[in-house]
Formats: sequence, C-alpha cells, structure tokens
Amino acid sequence: MNFSCGRGAMSITSSSAAWKPADAVADQFPAGLRVLVVDDDPTCLMILEKMLRTCLYEVTKCNRAETALSILRENKNGFDVVISDVHMPDMDGFKLLEHIGLEMDLPVIMMSADDGKHVVMKGVTHGACDYLIKPVRIEALKNIWQHVVRKRKNEWKEFEQSGSVEEGDRQLKQSEDADYSSSANEGNWRGSKKRKDDEEETDERDDTSTLKKPRVVWSVELHQQFVAAVNQLGIDKAVPKKILEMMNVPGLTRENVASHLQKYRLYLRRLSGVSQHQSNLNPPFISPQGATFGPLSSLNGLDLQALAATGQLPTQSLARLQAAGLGRPTAKSSIPMTLVDQRNTFSFENPKLRFGGQQQQHMNNKQQINLLHGIPTNMEPKQLDNLQHSGQSIGNMNMQVASHGAQNNQNNSLLMQMGQPQSRGQVLGDTTVSQSPGHPSSMGQPILSNGMAANFASRNGIPENIGGPSYNTVSQASSTLNLPLNFPMNHASELPGNSFPLESTPGISSFSSKGVFQDVSSEIKGSVGFMLGYDIFNDLNQHKTQSWELQNVGMTFDAPQHSSSLQDDLHIMQSVSVQQGSTVQMNGHNRSAAIASKAMFSAGDIKEHGNAQNVNQHLNNLVDNARRVKSERIYDTSPANLFPDHFGQEDLMSALLKQQDGIGPTENEFDFDGYSIDNIPV
Amino acid sequence: MERNPMRRQLQVMRKSLFDQGYLDEQFVQLEELQDDANPNFVEEVVTLYFRDSARLILNIEQALERKPFDFNKLDGYMHQFKGSSSSIGAKRVKAESTLFREYCKSGNGEGCMRTFQQLKKEYATLRKKLEAYFQVARQAGPMETACRPK
Repeated sequence: MNFSCGRGAMSITSSSAAWKPADAVADQFPAGLRVLVVDDDPTCLMILEKMLRTCLYEVTKCNRAETALSILRENKNGFDVVISDVHMPDMDGFKLLEHIGLEMDLPVIMMSADDGKHVVMKGVTHGACDYLIKPVRIEALKNIWQHVVRKRKNEWKEFEQSGSVEEGDRQLKQSEDADYSSSANEGNWRGSKKRKDDEEETDERDDTSTLKKPRVVWSVELHQQFVAAVNQLGIDKAVPKKILEMMNVPGLTRENVASHLQKYRLYLRRLSGVSQHQSNLNPPFISPQGATFGPLSSLNGLDLQALAATGQLPTQSLARLQAAGLGRPTAKSSIPMTLVDQRNTFSFENPKLRFGGQQQQHMNNKQQINLLHGIPTNMEPKQLDNLQHSGQSIGNMNMQVASHGAQNNQNNSLLMQMGQPQSRGQVLGDTTVSQSPGHPSSMGQPILSNGMAANFASRNGIPENIGGPSYNTVSQASSTLNLPLNFPMNHASELPGNSFPLESTPGISSFSSKGVFQDVSSEIKGSVGFMLGYDIFNDLNQHKTQSWELQNVGMTFDAPQHSSSLQDDLHIMQSVSVQQGSTVQMNGHNRSAAIASKAMFSAGDIKEHGNAQNVNQHLNNLVDNARRVKSERIYDTSPANLFPDHFGQEDLMSALLKQQDGIGPTENEFDFDGYSIDNIPV
Repeated sequence: MERNPMRRQLQVMRKSLFDQGYLDEQFVQLEELQDDANPNFVEEVVTLYFRDSARLILNIEQALERKPFDFNKLDGYMHQFKGSSSSIGAKRVKAESTLFREYCKSGNGEGCMRTFQQLKKEYATLRKKLEAYFQVARQAGPMETACRPK
C-alpha cells in the first residue's frame, strides 16, 4: 500500500539513523549477526553452521524445534534471525515459525529441499521472511541480514505512526483495524486511501521523534495478558488502544499491541483455516488461504472446501497479499488481483491479506469466534462510518458478518477471512462469486482479495436484486461467497450475508444468501481485511443485473482497485460499497436476501438470532447512509428472517431459492443485506 | 615433493567424479568452506552424511518390506534422504531419489522398488569413490605445502 511505502520512506531515515548507534557492532554489520539455525539433518546443520561462520555470523545450531524454542525463550533478544527447516520430526517448521513470530517477533527464514510452489506459499502465508531451497549455497546466506534490517525498519515505522491513532493503526495493521473510515465514503476507496495516506504521512512525520522503540518481546505472560484483554474486549472490538489500556503494561505502546494483534489475528485465522489453504494470506482478516476455509465447508455445502483447497489465489496474488500482510507496499494490489483471478475460487483464504505482516495468526479461532459473535460488526466504528458513507460499508459489514457467520456463510468466505480462520465461509463466495458476467460479482471478488471480498463477491451471486436471473448464480455464489476471506466465520457460517450490502452493490444485496455472515460480522471486525470484498460490491453494482450469477462470481472482485486499498484498510469493506446498492437489488430479491442475509449479519449481531433484527437496523442505518435506500427494503423484508438461527447454508439457500423466484439460492453468501457490521452505527 | 604427484592424482580423481556426474557444484561449495581452521571439513561432512543416511536407507528398506506400501511414509523418508544427499553434492544419488519420489507420488510400487535398487548401487559406488578420494587427499597433505615450489 501506499501507506507502507510512505511510511517506509519516513522510517527509513529514522530507522537507519537509529540503527547505527543502536548496534554496538553496527559498523561491522552484518558481521556478528546472531543466527539460530534449526534442522534435524546433521549433515545440513553442519554445513550451514560452517557457511554462516564463514559469513562472520554468530551461529547457534540445534536439531530440534523444541530446543530452539526454549533457547529463544531463555535468551530473549539473544538472536537476530532464525533459520529453520520445514520438515522436522518433533514439530512442523511452520508451527515453529508461528511460535517465534508470536513470541519473539524475529525474522524467520525457512528452508527445504522441497521447492514446490505450495510449500513455498505456505512459508509466505505463515510469515516467513524468506524461503531457501536446499541445497543452500553460501551466497544465499550472505544476505540474510537484510531481513533483520527490514524488520527493524518496519518496527520503526510503527513507532513513528504512534501519533496517528487511527490511521496509524490502519497502516500498521493494515487490515487489522479495519479503518474504513476514509475510504468508505466514496465508494471509491482508493480515493479515500489517498487521503489517508496523506494524513498518515503527515502523522508520521510528526511522530518521527518518537522513535526508537526498543523491541518488545512478547513473553508468554505478556501474551497471555494480551489474549485476555482481547477476549475481554471481544475480537471485533479489540482495538490496540483498548487492549493497551486493559493490559496496562508500562512501556508498552499502542504500536506494539497493534502489530502483535495483527499477528495474532493471522494466527487465529490460520488455525481455523489452516487445513485448507496454505496460501492464506496473512492479513489477519482474510487469510484466504486455508485458514478460513475450514469452516466454510459447512457453509453452503458449496465446495467451500474445494474452493479453499483450490487455493485459488494465484501464487502471485498470494504473494502480493502476503506482502501486503507483511506490510509491504505491494500488499494492496495483490489482493485485488487475486480475487479477480480467483474468481471462482475465491478461496479467500488466498488473498492473504496479510497486512502488516501478520505472519502468524496466533489467534485461536475460538477466541476469535467468541469475540466476534458478540460483536455485530467487526468493523470498527470507523469502518462503520465508512460504510455508511459508502455503500461499501455494507460490504464491510458483510465481511464482518461473514466472519461470524463464516460458518454458514457460504458467502462468508469473506467473513472468514476476516482474519478469523474460522469462517471459511468464504469459500462460499468462491464458487459463485465469480461473478457472473459483469455482475456485481465483483463484489465477491473484491472481497476475496481481502479475503472478505470473496464473500462479498459471492454476494453478488446473490442476484437477488440483480434481476432475477442472477440469483441462480447467487446461490452458487453463495457458496462462493463464502469468501474465504478469512472470516473467522468459524462459527458463523450463517452469514447474514443477506444483510449485506444489498444496497450498494447489486451484488451485495443479493446477499440474501449470506447467511454466512452472521457471525462473521464480529469476526470480520478484526480481519477487516475483508472489506476488501466490498470492492466487489462496487463492482457488483455494475453488474448488478447479471452479476448475480455468482457463479462466476468468483469474485468479481474486479474491484481490484479497491482491493488494493482494501487490503490496506479494511476499507475494502467500505469500498465494497455495498452500497452501490444502487442496484440494491433488493427489489424483490431483497426478501430473499433478507432471508439469506440471515447469515449476513455480520457483526456479531447476527449471531444471535435476535440480532438479526439489530442487524437489520444496522443495515438500515447503513443503508441510509450509504444511500442505500434499497437496501433498506431488503432488510425490512426479512428482518425476521435474518438470522433465524444460524441457518445452515442449505437452509438459507433454500430459503433464498424460494424467495427468489428464479434467483437461485443466492443466500449463500451474500446475505450482506444485513450488513450488520458491528460497527455499523445503528 | 612427493606430494605433488599425489596432488596430481587427487586432481584427476576429483575431475573424474565431476565428469562422470557423481558430484555436482554443491561439493565445490563444501570445498570452499574448508580452510586452515577446518582442514578436513569436506571429509568430515561426507563421513557424517554416510553415517546418517545409512539410517534412512534402512528405514526405506524396511518400509518396502511391508505391503502394501505406505507411499507417504516412503516419500517422507526419501525427502529427507534427498535433502541430505543434495547438500553434499551427490548428484546421481539425488537423481535416483527424485525418481523414487515420483514413483511414490504416482503410487507405483514397482517403480519404487526398481529405483531403490538403483539408488543403493549409486550410493555404494559413491561411497567407495569418495573413500578412496579422501585417502589420497590425506596423504597429499594440505594444499599450501604441497603446491609450494622449492
């Protein structure tokens, strides 16, 4: 994203300045770099040690992952970088990678004789800062110090941003805190992003003075405090500022918490969706990859799993997302892309929206889920605002919803992505979201990019409004919509999807299928990354008429434009502008959408069936804001339907089907109608 | 002195190992790591390799005696073996390992067995050749002294 670039620029100066004095052997750097190498193969270990010594590094070797972890724990700050093999007998290398990222936040380089794209992608999604193919040559090791420098520089950036609270959060965590605020309005979240960028950069400059922050080591106790705080707040409401307050640890800054939260979300997402995709993008929210897909399967029954498995996002997109997640500037673009590519497969999980380098999603799905449930919309207030502004918010909501409802949500794939591995619902979106020709499926897609996007995209499929025919696709889409967006959809597959943004984006409204999002909403919050999906909605609008054929929806995320931005900010949700609703298909479909949206009610509201009504309200609110006049209709129509109980996808689908005369069970994913995104300020 | 002829013989042996495809570029990487502090580094690593990989060979052998074949397990063992072999530059052995893994992936038990036999032959041949090579290398003495003209 631009943000990171911008920030980076700023931080470079400061960080480089900071670097030198900080390091005692700075002038000899990289000599003296403290490396820990872990490999169960003694031959390789011996060779690596010799090579590293030749590079003038300080080497510690160990042949077991557990040993490595205890060494690292005992010597906090005793190492600069870790090199680990992927296949080890006592612990999977990726698991070790997660632990290290979570507890010590050290750069980790993976290596393996396996150079399959799939495994390399896994490294990326799990947050490895590099991946070496064996046999390793000394030339490859000579440059590993760059990862240490890069990481420190990024940390600096975070520090610098301390000034801008929200923006800083956004940037840091990129998707973490769903900063939808700026982008939402226009429905063109790119524009908003720019604004934000400007703002942020300004902030950064101001904060440069703050700087140098000693690296915080997240000890087990500290992490437990953190987790307790997050759980208490609720995953969707867990913003760094509040977490920081609750933890009440002297010396800990918001940035520390922010980046840790990002990682945690990724970790949780990964936990929930890990089965499916390797390529989970980091973005905590939407780890399209695998992480979220797991639950998705439950969603529509669509092949969410298949979708997830398909990993659909092209490697590059994942990589991009990954980069995004890792705080690299590329992040933005990557996400959208993937979605588009994925189209059908929106295994949202792919679009790792790794924003901010969340490499490990330590979060437990469970936690997330719980957290999300309560929270109607994962979207943070900011986001909600944005949503309101632009129909996008709806998309966001969906995303969130998706997270909750991830489970059901077929569409929730977006939700799923929300960072919570749970909702694989996204997968829903995969299939159908591919957007039917031109239809809003873009919704689905964009979402995918964010992870969430996928879900939304699926929404598109929900042709509810689209004019009927699209519904057919929708139903399919619904499954696809499950936007693998890492919505934590674990629980919720119900995606209120219906509640989703029906309004803004034509596709979105069709979310009737969304049931998935119900729970997602809460989850989406965190992962907001999903909101990327909202972009989809935007697209959906365009497609409206046809889009709902979610089938293709795959994610018509074509809103890549958005997606990129989405990634960075959950704006995507906003951008999704579900609002685009102009097409709000809700016209007739709304009803079905409403029903379908049962799932959609994201934001936590949905979870509780009773919330559905709240969701409706929210949605309505949003709708209003978003100009979604139409969407309101939708909600009204089926407020009761919204979230009757976490509808099984099948139920939703059938419900939707009934509603939509020909629409087909769009319900799945996009129940966006009810975007009950938590934050949606009712 | 006398070292020179040994040195020369060593060079010939070395060249032959490369020319016949027994060793690849990775072996050169090991040689470059050898220095005064570790004058026998390459031999140490190769010795370690043969000792450790013997265990893997045995595992694979035992796994091939159990029918039906557990291809996943076989592939796992071979993956480790391949990684080890490639790290010392054992080119032919590595090629057989790759082939073996292909057969595992396609569930071809016959192919696995045939390839494994071939692999063991290459492995044994390499071992003999390298043992002879290091014997000469030890006799040839350190490079510096050997090459210094008097």
